[in-house]
Amino acid sequence: MSIAPPANLALLDISDVSKSFGSVEVLRSVSLQVTRGEVVTVIGPSGSGKTTLLRCVNFLESYDSGSIRIDGKEVGFRDTGTRQRRSERDLAKMRAETGMVFQSFNLFPHLTAAGNIMLGLRKVRGKSSTEARAIAEHWLGRVGLAHKADSLPAELSGGQQQRVGIARAVAMEPKILLLDEITSALDPELVGEVLEVVRSLAEDGMTMVMVTHEMAFARDASSRIVFMADGGVSAAGPPAEILGTEIDNERLRSFLARFRASHF
Amino acid sequence: MGYTLNFNLIWRHFDKLWGGLLLSLELAVISIAIGIVIGLLLAVWYVSAGRAVRTVIAAYVEFIRNVPLILLVYLVFYGLPTVVDIAYSAQTSFIATLSLYSGAYLVEVFRSGLEAVPRGQLDAGKAIGLTPWQRLVHVRLPTMLRITLPALSNTFLSLFKDTSVASVISVPELTYGAQWINFNTFRIVEVYLVVTAMYLLTGYALLYALRLVERRFRAAH
Repeated sequence: MSIAPPANLALLDISDVSKSFGSVEVLRSVSLQVTRGEVVTVIGPSGSGKTTLLRCVNFLESYDSGSIRIDGKEVGFRDTGTRQRRSERDLAKMRAETGMVFQSFNLFPHLTAAGNIMLGLRKVRGKSSTEARAIAEHWLGRVGLAHKADSLPAELSGGQQQRVGIARAVAMEPKILLLDEITSALDPELVGEVLEVVRSLAEDGMTMVMVTHEMAFARDASSRIVFMADGGVSAAGPPAEILGTEIDNERLRSFLARFRASHF
Repeated sequence: MGYTLNFNLIWRHFDKLWGGLLLSLELAVISIAIGIVIGLLLAVWYVSAGRAVRTVIAAYVEFIRNVPLILLVYLVFYGLPTVVDIAYSAQTSFIATLSLYSGAYLVEVFRSGLEAVPRGQLDAGKAIGLTPWQRLVHVRLPTMLRITLPALSNTFLSLFKDTSVASVISVPELTYGAQWINFNTFRIVEVYLVVTAMYLLTGYALLYALRLVERRFRAAH
């Protein structure tokens, strides 16, 4: 008699997901498993479906077929096995299990840095105002912005806003953090401070899926890199393999070659 | 022939004008308060509803916008009680009319304000697990309010001027007070000079106060 392994090792299990916008197929049966503590980076040319995939994970976008499970639970559809969309209330609960950081920060402009972090803690997690404030201050300290707790987003630089965006997402203690090109809208000199925060979260063991064009960062911080092209996963593996010169994938090679040509 | 300005008679009856001004302000404040409730409810309903509801709301807005206010006032005060069995004072009737009137304009103001809230903010609200109602209250409405505040001030100011229409159904507001003095003293030039000045000064004062509020709001947000 043997002890059966856990049925579901993957924290995030994306299986055979397809999606079209009209006649354009943006995701073609994408499958991807992410285990706890893993940092998976998704790279690929623009229009390859990276951001759409990420937005499907917390059901900001729906998909046409396949399934996305977090801890074994279907994200957007009911557990009955039919493709019946969850109620808005259920969706809200499911989304609270994931955190997301956006390219354009998307802070709530009428709330202070602390207020941005506290909103979800209070309304979704049901924390008291004092508790929420303490948690907000803790995370603002972690991202180096303890002194900006009472500043409005408009008073912060892009890098600072994005660090608040990260704090807002992780303060909710999500099972998985989704990072959608979080440095793309930043001035080059502000990219470092944001990536530093992501690196420290990775060291804490936070499970992350990120879409990025920061190849050096992807190489250093990821446990795995996924290369997407034309809506499908074209290659996946450890950074050294994917970004190495040995790789036997014509599309990836030309993507990297173009990328290097434009960045160095 | 010379016409000599004589304001003495105006000052003797100034209480009619002063009382009228206060009533004009009261009519405007009550009407915009009710109008804001109408406008907000319908705008929120509009952006979340299907085509049938949208058509009905749009029809209400277009009806109000394309019929002169004075006709609406007549319709509600003289027309409605002959069709349905209700009775109300001229003042109540006018408040009802002006509320429906401002409500229709404010539906448009609020609707475009709601639609101007950046998609990303709503996504962020979804991503932290807010329910649709929480997203509306904590994300969408605060931003919408900031966007629409200037339009709201303008609407209030024009409502204040529109209260003069109430004189046609003998509501004793400022313009009615002016007419009363005119009928009783025949000092037509003097009385309308004074009343114009009163509208002008009050309008300026209101605009100034509302701009201060707007600025504060912007600073606080």
